[in-house]
Amino acid sequence: MLTLTCPYCGATVEETELAPGGEAHLKRFGPGASDADFESYMFSRKNPKGVHFERWRHAYGCGKWFLAARCTATLEVFGTYPAQTTEPPADLVAKIKEKRPTWEGYE
Amino acid sequence: MANRRYSIFAVAREALRYHAGWERAWASPAPKKRYDVVVVGAGGHGLATAYYLGKVHGITNVAVIEKGWLGGGNTGRNTTIIRSNYLQDPSAAIYEKARSLYEDLSQDLNYNVMFSPRGLLMLAQSEHEIRGYKRTVYANALQGIETRWITPAEVKDLVPIINIDGPRYPVLGALYQERGGTARHDAVAWGYARACSNMGMDIIQQCEVTGVRTEAGKVVGVETTKGAIDCGKLAIVVAGHSSVLAEMSGFRLPIESMALQAWVSEPIKPTIDVVVMANLVHGYMSQSDKGELVMGGGTDGFNNYTQRGSWHHIEETTRALVETFPIVSRLKMLRQWGGIVDMTGDRSPILSKTPVEGIFVNCGWGTGGFKAIPGSGFAMAELVAKGHSPLAAEFGLHRFREGQFIDESVAAGVAH
Repeated sequence: MLTLTCPYCGATVEETELAPGGEAHLKRFGPGASDADFESYMFSRKNPKGVHFERWRHAYGCGKWFLAARCTATLEVFGTYPAQTTEPPADLVAKIKEKRPTWEGYE
Repeated sequence: MANRRYSIFAVAREALRYHAGWERAWASPAPKKRYDVVVVGAGGHGLATAYYLGKVHGITNVAVIEKGWLGGGNTGRNTTIIRSNYLQDPSAAIYEKARSLYEDLSQDLNYNVMFSPRGLLMLAQSEHEIRGYKRTVYANALQGIETRWITPAEVKDLVPIINIDGPRYPVLGALYQERGGTARHDAVAWGYARACSNMGMDIIQQCEVTGVRTEAGKVVGVETTKGAIDCGKLAIVVAGHSSVLAEMSGFRLPIESMALQAWVSEPIKPTIDVVVMANLVHGYMSQSDKGELVMGGGTDGFNNYTQRGSWHHIEETTRALVETFPIVSRLKMLRQWGGIVDMTGDRSPILSKTPVEGIFVNCGWGTGGFKAIPGSGFAMAELVAKGHSPLAAEFGLHRFREGQFIDESVAAGVAH
């Protein structure tokens, strides 16, 4: 069973206490954007087989959104971090690179 | 390799010689240097695409390449339900095309796919569902699909083991499609594979695509673990791995891959001779020819390529089915498995050209692809051969940019 540690309240909880929220760090395009940008923001997803950065909500706990780095091919969890950021923290990226030398990195 | 026809005479002949004369159903050749069309993915949809390319459009210089074994992905992992009681016109058209092709698929392929139009019920367990399903019945009447609304008493008559006055989710009626049912999922893949092989197509298993070669925005071939293969056109029909192949081709899809599970009980005597879907409580059940009760529920909510789902879904779905069919509580569960489904935002498939000329995708069937196999292959073959297919027209990638969704997530509840 998938367990994640909420970076706000520090509790390590299993997935029935969490709500998944899809890909993290999407760049928002709104009014005035081109159709192509808006389409890719709304619908296109990386959906990688491997390292995935994603949003979760501690729905039946503190209620806050946070972000997680997880491998979709093995279900290994690399770490979680607060949602107030536009890209993964450098130490987490370094940790993932160590475990997955062929990973091309966060783009 | 052209196979001998399967018939009662063939069975009689083999019975007299210790069944020593049966041949392999399809050949396993080494890949040639070039094919007119390469289909990636030897599941039901990929093989059906190849079959109708040959049968309808006369294109037989075709290879179907498969990373694992034939029919080993979602084709061998689904709950084998076939129905076409969809709300939206484009969905109804392609799913009914598929269902009607299933009716005589065994004769067409000379392979018994065990299509069993035993009848399918979608239970209404809330006022909301009553209105929704009655609307579907009216829509189906206009689309020429035979469905009807039945009362709780008729439901009980069709499914004696059902509990229609459960305190929490009473059965208030059902959407009934008499010609819906099941088929033998492996046989569908095997039958198409045998027919493709008989037409001279190459089915190449244990051959993983590792790259897609393009020149000036046009596809020229694929790199595989069995060497490079050139192609005129490339059809990507790989369900849960669609995003991986799209990444190799240089574009992204509006798809997320998630795990969906199914499980079966120990085999018991004939107990339920229809398919029952209870969408409000996320469960569906039918009985296989071996006697197992086949059950399935909803997908996990997070991206996953592991073909293993979360335990709590098994518990939730089984709990719902125990409430609907109390006898289930006395059964042991025999096996459980998962598959990776390719989910789109509007829960409708994608049959489309792509930004790369010559590459076509058939994906996004999500939780409900098995029922669509013949119609999907028929439409995809037409799209690949002619560049346009009336059945596939509204399932193109353009619908995401234009906002012209085919919104079946509302129409069908959870279960497809």
